[in-house]
Amino acid sequence: MMQDIVTLIQKEWKEVVFRREAGRQSWISLVILIGLVGIYLPYMNGAGWLQDPTALFTWVWVPLFMTNGMIADAFAGERERHTLETLLATRLSDTAILLGKIAASVLYAWITSLVCALVGAITVNVMFPTGGLQFYNTGMFFGGIAAVLLIAILISGIGVFVSLKASTVRQAYQKLSLSIMAIWFIPFILLQSFPDEMQNFLVKVAPMLDQNLSLILAGVFGLLVVADAIMLLLAKKRFKRTRLILE
Amino acid sequence: MTLHNISIKTNDLHCQFGALHAVDGISFEVSAGTIFGFLGPNGAGKTTTIRLLLGLLEASSGSAEVLGFDIRTQADQIRLNCGALLEHTGLYERLSAEDNLDLFGRIWHIPSAERQQRIQSLLEKMGLYERRKELISSWSRGMKQKLAVVRTLMHDPKLVFLDEPTAGLDPLAAANLRDDLADLARQHGVTVFLTTHNLAEAEKICDQVGVINKGKLLSVGSPDELRLKQGTHTLVVVGRGFNDEIMQALRAMPDVAGVELREHHLVVHFTRETDSGTLVQFLAGKGVMIDEVRKGKASLEEAFLALLEEKE
Repeated sequence: MMQDIVTLIQKEWKEVVFRREAGRQSWISLVILIGLVGIYLPYMNGAGWLQDPTALFTWVWVPLFMTNGMIADAFAGERERHTLETLLATRLSDTAILLGKIAASVLYAWITSLVCALVGAITVNVMFPTGGLQFYNTGMFFGGIAAVLLIAILISGIGVFVSLKASTVRQAYQKLSLSIMAIWFIPFILLQSFPDEMQNFLVKVAPMLDQNLSLILAGVFGLLVVADAIMLLLAKKRFKRTRLILE
Repeated sequence: MTLHNISIKTNDLHCQFGALHAVDGISFEVSAGTIFGFLGPNGAGKTTTIRLLLGLLEASSGSAEVLGFDIRTQADQIRLNCGALLEHTGLYERLSAEDNLDLFGRIWHIPSAERQQRIQSLLEKMGLYERRKELISSWSRGMKQKLAVVRTLMHDPKLVFLDEPTAGLDPLAAANLRDDLADLARQHGVTVFLTTHNLAEAEKICDQVGVINKGKLLSVGSPDELRLKQGTHTLVVVGRGFNDEIMQALRAMPDVAGVELREHHLVVHFTRETDSGTLVQFLAGKGVMIDEVRKGKASLEEAFLALLEEKE
């Protein structure tokens, strides 16, 4: 099973990330992203970047961009290019195909985030030297890369659903982008719709949250883990070879 | 014949989509190491049958075994031991030919050295080795088709399903592929299940053919058997002295479907099996000098068309 998953990851990366027909174009977006998150933002923020929670926030955005395109292409792209049926006619199990597709996009996003973080640290060390090696706050660094992983899995899980149903990559991409925007903005919209008393209460309580930040982050991580598990289980249930041919 | 010698066995297999019976109770057997041609017009149920046999679709009822494995419960074993070229070539156009074959070699867990060796020998055999590094998207349809056939054979399957394998190939490449398929079956014992619209091709290489239309299997047998079944309705008379009057008289006869005069040959098509003596007597009476009378041997194409017409 592991060998099959690795085979699919390699295939997805060769086909989507390192595709030759796109030439340099396939690298440009990646270079721009790393340049922005790994060089420009740390440079603008100075040495404090390595201790600034804003850095963590920018890493979290990376999987939103990186996972989106690849997972939208996962099944809708195979269907559009008439390769899905041939893939389904191989010895690969349903689980291997599903996990291979998800792992390809999750790892792509996660590695890109990690590269952004490391390039950011190098930028700070080069541009704002202090005589010693500067690095992120340990908790923030590991928390950040764990959050990126969990968010990438969540988006991939949602993406599989969308990609399985969509007949074209463009359709899958649009639906997935809308889904992600909805997930991102729904909490803010919900907050706005709360009655004034509740909003005032939250404003009063907010400063107290700082004192329990670790607890809150643990709760968020817990929620993400549960959401990931649910999405993966639902995706597994949804992925049925005999249904895919007909859709 | 023991089950061991049978590669495919279907029993009253049905596949229904709503009110449409895509496959309607087909039963047939394909012996191991033979080439079975599945013939039928577009939408007859050929591709659906292949999908059922590979476990890519669920049968509504009936049963089938492929290489001794049940299509409902052991489809993964079927796919492990079979190769398939389906409706589309299924090639990854953003990858090179070499990468495409390498991917499928990896999927079947072929060790690296063996994989490279096999890729080289298969591509050389098909005359594609020099272009192995090129992206598939730049290739002609015929080249893609050749590569798709090569990919099907990468893992030495015991049974290959080929949906229109020679579509898009030039006559020489098609002839070479037919030879390769025949060699696969005769020398290596691989069973080949192919669908084709090219009846001349089926006639040349298939040991057995099945004719399917509207989901129903109309006939199964060797091409000769099929031709014989349908060909008995034609008589060919070689001689001299045919004229318009005779032709018209023949056309007016009951059971005569058509009369054609070719150079010194009179071809008479009957609507049912007819005694040749009556015709000979009639022609002799009209002064025709008869050299030879033989029962017409229909081509597979004629037999196929007659079969479809008969069952309409």
